[in-house]
Amino acid sequence: MDYSSILTSGVYGALGPVAIGYVLAAIGLNIHFGYTGLLNFGQVAFMLVGAYGVAISVSTFGLSMWVGVLVGILAAAVLALILGIPALRLRSDYLAISTIAAGEVLRLFYRSSVAEPLTGGVYGLQRFGDDLLDLNPVPPGIYEVGPLAFTARDVWLMSVGWGLVALVVILVYLLIHSPWGRVIRAIREDEEAARSLGKNVYAYKLQSLVLGGVIGALGGMVFTIHQQSAHPDGFDPVVTFFLYTMLVLGGAGRVFGPVLGGLLFWFLMLSFDAFLRELMATGYIPPEILVPSDVGALRLALVGLGLLLLMAFRPQGILGNRREMVLDVR
Amino acid sequence: MSDRNNATAALADVAAEPGVAKPDPLLVADNVQRSFGGLHAVDVDHLEIQRGAITALIGPNGAGKTTLFNVLTGFDRGGSGDWRFEGKKMSRLPAHRVAHRGMVRTFQLTKALSRLTVLENLQLGATEQRGEAMFASVVRPLWRRQERAIIERADALLARFRLDHLRDEFAGTLSGGQRKLLELARALMVQPRMLMLDEPMAGVNPALTQSLLEHITDLRDEGTTICFVEHDMDMVMGTSDWVVCLAEGQVIAEGPPQAIGSNPAVIDAYLGKQHGAPPAEELTS
Repeated sequence: MDYSSILTSGVYGALGPVAIGYVLAAIGLNIHFGYTGLLNFGQVAFMLVGAYGVAISVSTFGLSMWVGVLVGILAAAVLALILGIPALRLRSDYLAISTIAAGEVLRLFYRSSVAEPLTGGVYGLQRFGDDLLDLNPVPPGIYEVGPLAFTARDVWLMSVGWGLVALVVILVYLLIHSPWGRVIRAIREDEEAARSLGKNVYAYKLQSLVLGGVIGALGGMVFTIHQQSAHPDGFDPVVTFFLYTMLVLGGAGRVFGPVLGGLLFWFLMLSFDAFLRELMATGYIPPEILVPSDVGALRLALVGLGLLLLMAFRPQGILGNRREMVLDVR
Repeated sequence: MSDRNNATAALADVAAEPGVAKPDPLLVADNVQRSFGGLHAVDVDHLEIQRGAITALIGPNGAGKTTLFNVLTGFDRGGSGDWRFEGKKMSRLPAHRVAHRGMVRTFQLTKALSRLTVLENLQLGATEQRGEAMFASVVRPLWRRQERAIIERADALLARFRLDHLRDEFAGTLSGGQRKLLELARALMVQPRMLMLDEPMAGVNPALTQSLLEHITDLRDEGTTICFVEHDMDMVMGTSDWVVCLAEGQVIAEGPPQAIGSNPAVIDAYLGKQHGAPPAEELTS
C-alpha cells in the first residue's frame, strides 16, 4: 500500500482548481444560507452563468477574457434579480423551489441544440482562458514541495485562485462584521422583527442574493478557466449539494466555514478515491466485488455517511458554536 | 403622578363614546377594514389615539385587536381605509416605512433575535445607520463613529432596563420576561413617537410585571404615546389613560378606565348579551 500517494492525491484535490471554484461558490452560498437564511438550492446556476459568461464571450464572440469575467458577473447579478424579485417576496420555500428549478432549466438550455451556436451545446466550449495563462509570470518547470509536484501553470492558477478566495473572505468578513451584516443576520433570525425596526427586509435579501450569486459565478469561472473547457453537465444539481456539504462540514454562518469545509471535503473525496483504487490495484479487493468504475458512486456514499455522522455528532460543523446552534430560532 | 394626571386630565372632558374626537390626536384612523373571506376581522369607522397618553385596546378573543395592529403598522397589507400619523397619511405604507415615521410595534409572541447578542439586538434598532448600506459597510471609517454613539445609547437603555449584565449573551438564552424587556428596549432604539405593544404582559412573571409597568408609564411621562393590547385587566386599569374596547372588529366603547368596566356594551361583549336579562328575549348563544 502506497500511503503517501493516497495522501498526495487528497492534497492535490484540496488545493486544486476544482476545490477553489467550489470554495468560492460555497462562500457565496454561506452569505445566502449561513447569514441571511435564504434557501438557495441552485447555487450551481450562478456558477454556470459565470463560467459560460467567460466561455461564450471568448470562444463564441472572440472577446477578451476580462470582458468575459464582467459578463459573467453581470449575468449572475441579473439571474439573482430574476429569481429574487418575485420569489423573495414570498415565503422562503418558494426561493428554494425556484432556484433548484432555475439550475436545471439553465443547464438543459445551455446544452440544448437551440443554444448550440452560442454555447456549443453538448460539446461545450474550449480554450477561453488564454488571457490569464499568458500572464503567467512563473518560469516554466516543475515545482516540488515535498512529495507534491506542480507545473508552472498550476502554480500560477492556484495562486490566482487562492488569492481570489483570500480577497473574497476578507470582503465577507468586513461585510458580516458591519451594520449591514447585522441586518442580514437579523433577517435570518426573524424577518418580521427586522421589519418592525425599520429595515427594508426585501431589499436586503435581494442584495444578499446578488452578492452571493456573483461570488458563486466567480467560482464557476475559476475552475472552467483552469480546465479550459466549459461543459453543461459539469453543472448538475449535485454540485449545489456538494456545496451544502462543504458548508455544513466547515460550519455555516462562519467566515472560514466554507473554506475549511471545502479543503476537507475535497481532501477526503480524493484520498478515499485513491485509497479504494490502491486497494483494488494491490488485490485486497478482488474484482468480483468492486471494479474501478464503481469508485465514483462509492465515494458519494461515503460523503452521505460522513454527513450523517456530522449531523449526529457535530451539527454545528467544525467551526460552529454548539451553544449558538441549540438556541431555538423563534 | 402629576404627569399621569396631565394625560388623564387632557382626556377628562372627552365624552365616553365610540369614535369620539380627542383634543390632540396623534393617530387618526377612518374606515379601517380587513376581512378574511367573509369574516370582517376589523371594521373601525373612526378612531383617534391621544398624543402622550397610554391607550389600552381591549376586547374578547377574536375581536380583531391584533389584526388592527397589523393593519395600522403595515404588517398586514390586505386592509383598507385611511389613517394619518401626525397629520400625514400613513395608510398602506410598508412596515419598515411605518417604523421610520416613528410608529414602532412589538409582538405578542416575543421576537428576540436569538443568535444575535443582546447588544446587537439593540444596535439593530437604531435607524439611519450609514453602515447598513452594502457598499459603505466595508469601509469601516464611514460608520465607526456613528456605531460608537449607537453603542452608547444601547448601553444606557440596557442599564435602564437592567439588562446590562446580559449585554454580550445571545438573546436566545434570555427568559421570557427578559425578552419582553429586550424587545421594548430594542423598539426604543428606533426613537419612536408611538409604541404599539401587543400584549406586553403575556407570559411575564408578577415581579417583572411591576417593573415593566413602571417602564411603560415612565415612557409616557417622557412624551411617548403608547397603545397596547392587553388581557390583564389589572394592567389596563392601573396604567392606561384611556381604554378602547373592540368586539367583532368594531369599536363598541371608549372611555377612561374607571368608566369602561361598568359600560354595558363592554359587559355584553365579554359576557354575552343574556347575562341578567330575562330568559324570554333570545335563546341563541
